[in-house]
Amino acid sequence: MAKIRVVHYLNQFFAGVGGEEKAGTPPVSRDGPVGPGKAFQEVLGQRGEIVGTVFCGDNYFHEDLERTKREVLDLIAGYRPDVLVAGPAFSAGRYGLACAHVCLDAVQRLKIPAVGGQHPDNPGVGLCRSQVYIVVTGETTAGMRQAITTMAELAWKLAMRKTLGTPEVEGYLPRGVRRNVFVGEDGAERAVKMLLQKIRGELFTTELPLPTVDAVKPPLAVKDLKEAVVALVTESGIVPKGNPDHLESAQASKWIKYDIRGKADLTGEEFMSAHGGYDNRFGNEDPDRLVPLDVMRELEQEGRFKQLLNHYYVTVGNCTSVESGRQYGKEIATELLAQGVQAVVLTGT
Amino acid sequence: MERAGIPGVLITALPDLAQRVGANRIVAGVRMPHPVGDPSLPLEKERALRRRIVETALKALQTEVGEPTVFIVAKSGP
Repeated sequence: MAKIRVVHYLNQFFAGVGGEEKAGTPPVSRDGPVGPGKAFQEVLGQRGEIVGTVFCGDNYFHEDLERTKREVLDLIAGYRPDVLVAGPAFSAGRYGLACAHVCLDAVQRLKIPAVGGQHPDNPGVGLCRSQVYIVVTGETTAGMRQAITTMAELAWKLAMRKTLGTPEVEGYLPRGVRRNVFVGEDGAERAVKMLLQKIRGELFTTELPLPTVDAVKPPLAVKDLKEAVVALVTESGIVPKGNPDHLESAQASKWIKYDIRGKADLTGEEFMSAHGGYDNRFGNEDPDRLVPLDVMRELEQEGRFKQLLNHYYVTVGNCTSVESGRQYGKEIATELLAQGVQAVVLTGT
Repeated sequence: MERAGIPGVLITALPDLAQRVGANRIVAGVRMPHPVGDPSLPLEKERALRRRIVETALKALQTEVGEPTVFIVAKSGP
């Protein structure tokens, strides 16, 4: 590969078309670099060429997402790139999400690597970070030069299939990939060393960063439970016997809802556990031990709440990523809201 | 779901973990493979225990909380 072929994705603003008033601009392509792409080209020098720039208005992109993604991908594919670069989008939300969608399509459909540049809080990060290399940027364009240099180097290495260093060294957000490395000291020695550093109040770098969790403000309590529709939701993998919809025992790819109208409880004849993370014997014997339908029906008949929702919602939490969990929660919430649900009883294993 | 504004209560045998990851209303369940049941009990007693757990969950849903809070199930029935 003499020179790598790069396509650059921008929004209408960075492409120089205009601001908010031009946010309805449909996708367009131009040969060669545009706007910040010129700085990219400088960093790449003789190693590569920005063969084309594709840009789209921030509003147009999201108005009909599937249509826009197709249009943008077609324009990108026309240039037969070795790598896609998108942004940097800094903390711009619509732009960041658009970059994330375009990068994911490049990875999944064109099978080429993609590099973004975003502030870690940009919503685009959550959408694509496991599959896209996102260079960490500041919140504003003040860090443009630095971001572009890091992104260009990374794009070149990826297109040349070079071995990458750690995210800290290369400047991108960790994708959640673990790689084995050889080090001089064994685990016990390293752990004791870190402990001593911690006791002495010195800085140390953990080898196992705990995932950061986003706090959700507690919603207000249910005012009048007697008038409330309540739903049962579970990550315990309780499904109809035989698992007809093939819910995965780990790393679930979906959630499913099952009709419980007219059922007084969940019996082992009709239901089973598809979860791969705990001993299923007890749940297979009596699934009420995981989804307490029998007691919920009893309380419903006693008028403790108005009605139990006609379906229960299930997924499997076993090794399922927080990102997926968040997505399933959001989708289930949309359904629950549409059905007037005011409270959820969720069982977890 | 809570982000969408629907209060939820999580029944789990790992309430400390649930608290650490930020579930807001938590009820301590029995054991991981059977959070709302106990196969070592006779059926009637198991069902009474399940009822106490779910009743605690309903109580949690009606209680205002400011931070992740664990609700403990009473040892024997009302």
